[in-house]
Amino acid sequence: MNTTSWSINQQKGVWQNSITARGIWAWLLAILLTGFYTVLYFFPEGWFYGLTQLFDPLSLLMRGLPADKWFVYGALYTFSVLLMGGKFLFKYRNNRYQTLRTISVMFFQTGFSFLIPAFMQLMNQPEYYFTYFWPLKDYYGTPGALQYYGHATSLSVYFIGFSALMTFVGTPVLTYFLGKRWYCSWVCGCGGLAETAGDPFRHLSDKSLSAWKLERWMIHSVLVAVVLMTGLLWINSWQQGALLGKFSQSYASIYGYVIGMAFSGVIGVGFYPLLGSRVWCRFGCPQAAILGIFQKKQSKFRITVNGGQCISCGNCSTYCEMGIDVRAYAQRGQDVVRASCVGCGICATVCPRGVLRLEGAASDISVRANQERTVHVRWEDVKRL
Amino acid sequence: MRIIILGNGISGVTCARFLRKHSNHDITLISDECDEFFSRTALMYVYMGQMRPRDVRPYESWFWEKNRINRIKTRIESIDFQQKLLVDEQGNFMPYDKLVLALGSIPNKFGWPGQDLDGVQGLYHWQDLESMEHYSRGLERAVIVGGGLIGVEMAEMFHSRGIPVTLLVREKAYSDTVLPKEEAEMVGRHLRSHGIDLRLETELQAIEPDASGKKCAAVLTHYGERIPCGFVGLTAGVRPNIDFLINSRLETGRGVLVDPNLKTNIPDVLAIGDCAELRQPAPGRKPIEALWYTGRMMGETAAYNLLASPGSEKVYDPGIWFNSAKFFDIEYQIYGSVPAQLPDHLDSIYWEHSEGKQSLRLVFDKQHRKIIGFNLLGIRYRQEVCEQWIRTQASIEEVLANLGLANFDPEFSDQYERELLSIYQEKTGLKIHLKQKRGLPGVLRFLQKRTTDSTVHTNPNQL
Ligand SMILES: Cc1cc2nc3c(=O)[nH]c(=O)nc-3n(C[C@H](O)[C@H](O)[C@H](O)COP(=O)(O)OP(=O)(O)OC[C@H]3O[C@@H](n4cnc5c(N)ncnc54)[C@H](O)[C@@H]3O)c2cc1C
Ligand code: SF4
Ligand code: SF4
Repeated sequence: MNTTSWSINQQKGVWQNSITARGIWAWLLAILLTGFYTVLYFFPEGWFYGLTQLFDPLSLLMRGLPADKWFVYGALYTFSVLLMGGKFLFKYRNNRYQTLRTISVMFFQTGFSFLIPAFMQLMNQPEYYFTYFWPLKDYYGTPGALQYYGHATSLSVYFIGFSALMTFVGTPVLTYFLGKRWYCSWVCGCGGLAETAGDPFRHLSDKSLSAWKLERWMIHSVLVAVVLMTGLLWINSWQQGALLGKFSQSYASIYGYVIGMAFSGVIGVGFYPLLGSRVWCRFGCPQAAILGIFQKKQSKFRITVNGGQCISCGNCSTYCEMGIDVRAYAQRGQDVVRASCVGCGICATVCPRGVLRLEGAASDISVRANQERTVHVRWEDVKRL
Repeated sequence: MRIIILGNGISGVTCARFLRKHSNHDITLISDECDEFFSRTALMYVYMGQMRPRDVRPYESWFWEKNRINRIKTRIESIDFQQKLLVDEQGNFMPYDKLVLALGSIPNKFGWPGQDLDGVQGLYHWQDLESMEHYSRGLERAVIVGGGLIGVEMAEMFHSRGIPVTLLVREKAYSDTVLPKEEAEMVGRHLRSHGIDLRLETELQAIEPDASGKKCAAVLTHYGERIPCGFVGLTAGVRPNIDFLINSRLETGRGVLVDPNLKTNIPDVLAIGDCAELRQPAPGRKPIEALWYTGRMMGETAAYNLLASPGSEKVYDPGIWFNSAKFFDIEYQIYGSVPAQLPDHLDSIYWEHSEGKQSLRLVFDKQHRKIIGFNLLGIRYRQEVCEQWIRTQASIEEVLANLGLANFDPEFSDQYERELLSIYQEKTGLKIHLKQKRGLPGVLRFLQKRTTDSTVHTNPNQL
């Protein structure tokens, strides 16, 4: 297969189809999904009775335990990523960047979020996810996790070391060279679902300036909340509950319900057909917040603009799942350096004029572009009336 | 000072933006087409359900109020240049101190019998899109006349709804007055592979009405063939939309005649964009270039010149020619000069992928071996790099050795620079080694820009 930029236009009819244009089917799907997540998180195990039985053979095979609702959820999740990932691979078969990163998220979801944790249970190791770190997996940063993994088996203490290494060294270094995308659109399971099952809904993200303002406010609030929570738990453990009593525990469980379940699950995935695929990643995820700060302040990653070739058509902005108004940059010849960009590369793929390219260099091409292209005449050269 | 810009397309809006950026004058945009600026180039995507009308508007509604750019929707019927007044369709008078004409184009009609029937139209204004939508219902075949870029876009639009299309093209190969033979043939093959009934060397004779006498029913080609159809797209080019000004004091040719500072013969009146005709175009350039890019550059230049003191105006400089388009799945980019028919003093090297959807062509001067132009299908090249080579008259060998620098295709995609090098070797016996890879760091070194870390984090919604 010949893989380069000649790209089949894949977005035809998106706004004419009920399921992808917030029509009746989209609403039905959204109700179904939010219902599923509500039952999953807030209703007792018994609600899953038939399903768990159905999954028992697979669960027994994989981890030597009967299925519970979380196993069922993991299996369905992985299945969705693989199925819709297959669809995505076919859709973007002419673009090697798209196919490689999709194979990558499918691989990490299946291997590191489904098979390996099950296999670890089979081997009498504690369940552990190598592709989630604090603060997305807030538990891994708490004294409870240290306590648990520190003593569970002789091996599990290394998990904590790996977690800490990824949080403090891996994340900044990888983000410096590659941008946030190394995680959000190549590794992360939430990103994996968004990029595969969520792909048909990517255009539903809100591109307005007010949405951007809301995004910055919300995502940083969640980051503050998780830092605060982790801090409280450490203080609590250090003081052995003397200072804060039960407060930090109840704070943590509220965080778990509101952010971990209601936001990332019910709203984040349940609202795919209405709000687009990356609501959680854009407005809530504390991992994304940290990666975003690195990406904006200290990273080589940027999307460059091909001179003055932009025709302001708006395909890039429309299909940016993070709601970035890419066109606003492209039509001025300015590099896109945005905290929220997950580097999915779809903007560059859908651009009909070959204007955008994801790349790495710690300098801004727009300094030049501003002088030579967008600003066609230098203001300093003109004597004013 | 009250500045009125007549026309809210890319040229008028760019002019307004730069005026606001550098001044506090009263700025008004007038249009009879729409309240808000939209991207004309994206009309096809609205029809194809790929974007909603609001998605093709580059600025949010608050942008105009925030930047104090007034907008009026009305049709201007005449201009009193003596009194500095515009007169609109309701007879309102609007005084101005400075006027910018940014009127755009209208589709060409060449006096074909039946050209004014219902269901016969071009594609230019928003209203054309609406009527295309109207006639698409139950449409069994569309005939499109003229093989320009808009013709192909129209073909793709109908194709996306499964409506069969016949495309009548006067030339021997699709667009062979613009594209060299090999590229023209590739595009022709590609159109046919999408089921477009491409009729080369075929001219429109007449359009026949149906029984009611009002609506088109068929076209007649100059071979005498009758093709039944419920829609006829006229896409044989556009012309400046200046009919209402023709008998005024304003000097016009095909468009509004302007000097190098974009000034017309009347003081305080400038003309920009599709409707402007340069009295002295830059060497190798046409007096009228109906393009998005040139409209944008003119708009900016006009803004400076409106504010400049006499004598310090800037000459409109379109830079090195570039353009791009997309023919169904195949993107097209051009930098510099690539004549469809090579004159004797030029030569070119051409590579085409075996799957027939990608090609590279470099045009150079035979005697001095200087690079002249780049033509690309299905491959993206970087404008800054190509321009720098053309501007500095780099030799073809130097360009070939560093060709990787120009590549703008996505990461991991195949690169074909080596293939072009071996074609050059076959042709001349000269072996050149490819020295440069694709990617921004090398490009920045090449362009000799200091690598600073100073990212300009401006709000993109600013002016
Ligand atoms: C389908 C299509 C695809 C295209 N694709 C490309 C492309 O890929 N690349 C490219 O470079 N170019 C492309 N073009 C050409 C490009 O869009 C035009 O060159 C550009 O839009 C012209 O801008 P303008 O500002 O000069 O005029 P316009 O955008 O035409 O704006 C003029 C406005 O003034 C209004 N007006 C005129 N007279 C009056 C009056 N008397 N009273 C009130 N209002 C008036 C008109 O209604 C119109 O709204 C395309 C054009 C079309 C139609
Ligand atoms: S800007 Fe482009 S690469 Fe970044 S998230 Fe949006 S579509 Fe993806
Ligand atoms: S960058 Fe490409 S997709 Fe985005 S507005 Fe410009 S031409 Fe359209």
